[in-house]
Amino acid sequence: MPEKANSLKQIISDIYAQESRRVFATLVRLLGDFDLAEEALHDAFSAALSQWPDAGVPENPAAWLVSTGRFKALDQARRRTRHDHLMQQVVQLADNDGDDDQPMAFEAIEDDQLRLIFTCCHPAIAPSVQVPLTLREVCGLTTEEIASAYLVSPSTMAQRIVRGKAKIRDAKIPYEIPTISELPERLDAVLAVIYLAFNEGYSTSEGTSLTRVDLIAEAIRLTRTLISLLPDPEAQGLLALMLLHESRRDARTDVHGDIVLLEDQDRRSWNASLIAEGVALTQMALRSRRFGFYTLQAAISAVHAQSVSYDSTNWHQIVSLYDVLRQIEGTPVIELNYAIALSMRDGPKAGLELIEGLIRDGKLKDYHLLYSAYGELLSRAAQPQAAIAAFETALTLTTQSPERRVIQTKIDVLRNI
Amino acid sequence: MKYAALVYLNETDIDALTQAEWDAMNQECIACGQSLEERGVTVGGEALMSVQSATTLRVRDGKLKLTDGPFAETKEQFAGFYLLVVRDLNEAIQVASQIPPARYGSIEIRPVRELSLQDNPRYQAEN
Repeated sequence: MPEKANSLKQIISDIYAQESRRVFATLVRLLGDFDLAEEALHDAFSAALSQWPDAGVPENPAAWLVSTGRFKALDQARRRTRHDHLMQQVVQLADNDGDDDQPMAFEAIEDDQLRLIFTCCHPAIAPSVQVPLTLREVCGLTTEEIASAYLVSPSTMAQRIVRGKAKIRDAKIPYEIPTISELPERLDAVLAVIYLAFNEGYSTSEGTSLTRVDLIAEAIRLTRTLISLLPDPEAQGLLALMLLHESRRDARTDVHGDIVLLEDQDRRSWNASLIAEGVALTQMALRSRRFGFYTLQAAISAVHAQSVSYDSTNWHQIVSLYDVLRQIEGTPVIELNYAIALSMRDGPKAGLELIEGLIRDGKLKDYHLLYSAYGELLSRAAQPQAAIAAFETALTLTTQSPERRVIQTKIDVLRNI
Repeated sequence: MKYAALVYLNETDIDALTQAEWDAMNQECIACGQSLEERGVTVGGEALMSVQSATTLRVRDGKLKLTDGPFAETKEQFAGFYLLVVRDLNEAIQVASQIPPARYGSIEIRPVRELSLQDNPRYQAEN
């Protein structure tokens, strides 16, 4: 019956969408190699397509796919005439494992997903490779999708992914969940990868291409998975931070695609349910008292999210949150944000002193937002000429057209006073 | 996604192999083709006779023009092809790396371009 066949095809394709990365993660552990696992995954789904129409869909499709994929890989390894090192290793792994028909424990499969995440985000892999590798192996994006998100050619991206997998193999990066003593540091690396992917999505979402993959949605989905496997306060904080940023997506650009600054955004178009979830997660992370960088930023974002207008923002709270943040992560960018918050609480003069210090310091000398902020505060301090000069410096430091238009508008307004 | 895996070999290098070596390589190619087909990652492919046996055809101003052999002298000659059906470029690379001639010549992987009735993408616009 063609109808039955069609619906089964749909079932298999749904199972592929939901389970393929988890099955893959387990196959990597069982076979000890990414490429073999990918082959085995393919074999398992081919077998499903040919066997399930007669045999029916198994009760636990993921477990069936794992054991079929593993069986096919072993069969392949035994049949191949050239017994290279890799194949011997696979057969050995299988022999050590003992019982072939052991049902796969649900817990083991969940752990494999964590193993996969920690392996792809291993600090020995270059950050420019960690993110694409994680997106492909953990999230299941295709090379072409990742390439389009990064605006590079598919073959450039393919090379990075090949390099990442070779690094895992050659450097013998272990496929395991870090021990408790290593965990905080390794989890930091995972969160950093997710945050990088998110920022990549955030900075390219200004573009016009509709075909570009939504890295923001992927980063959020990945963090949800991570939290379901490993409920860590900072992971919750990171998820909150991303949800709160995402809640402003529609308000962030106008109909022409130009940036709308926080102070000018129409707060009615903020996504209330994302804000509610983000605020709840922030509070949960804060209560744990084991929070850090991401949770504090989420807390700041949550204050904005809960203010009905820019003017009624609780700047006292924001200043004190930045004060904690700059103590744990004293970067010049945090210092700049602290200065802006301070100027909102105590007036432009307080902020100007700090910003002038940062300019003298020279660490942010190529950062256009430093000069935009400087221009803004000078303008509020009734020094229009100096403000224009600062904005003009900012203009020389950015090539992104939406940002340039925002700065140019500021200059035009000041000139017409 | 569909990709063509185009196999290139230097025919002079291949002729330098002994008959036994050449047969062994062909046996590997047979096994490789079978295994890729079983796994459902290819929907076909063929090995080709020597470039010496090629005939090149052009139609210009409505007239058929034929030339003997290849158009240009190149280091490696087109020797065969597979049509791959895989998830993405990295899977195509992984599959194509198992094609035995990859160890002697080279394999060019090209995404298949679907022909449309209109709005076909231009070559120059491709990355």
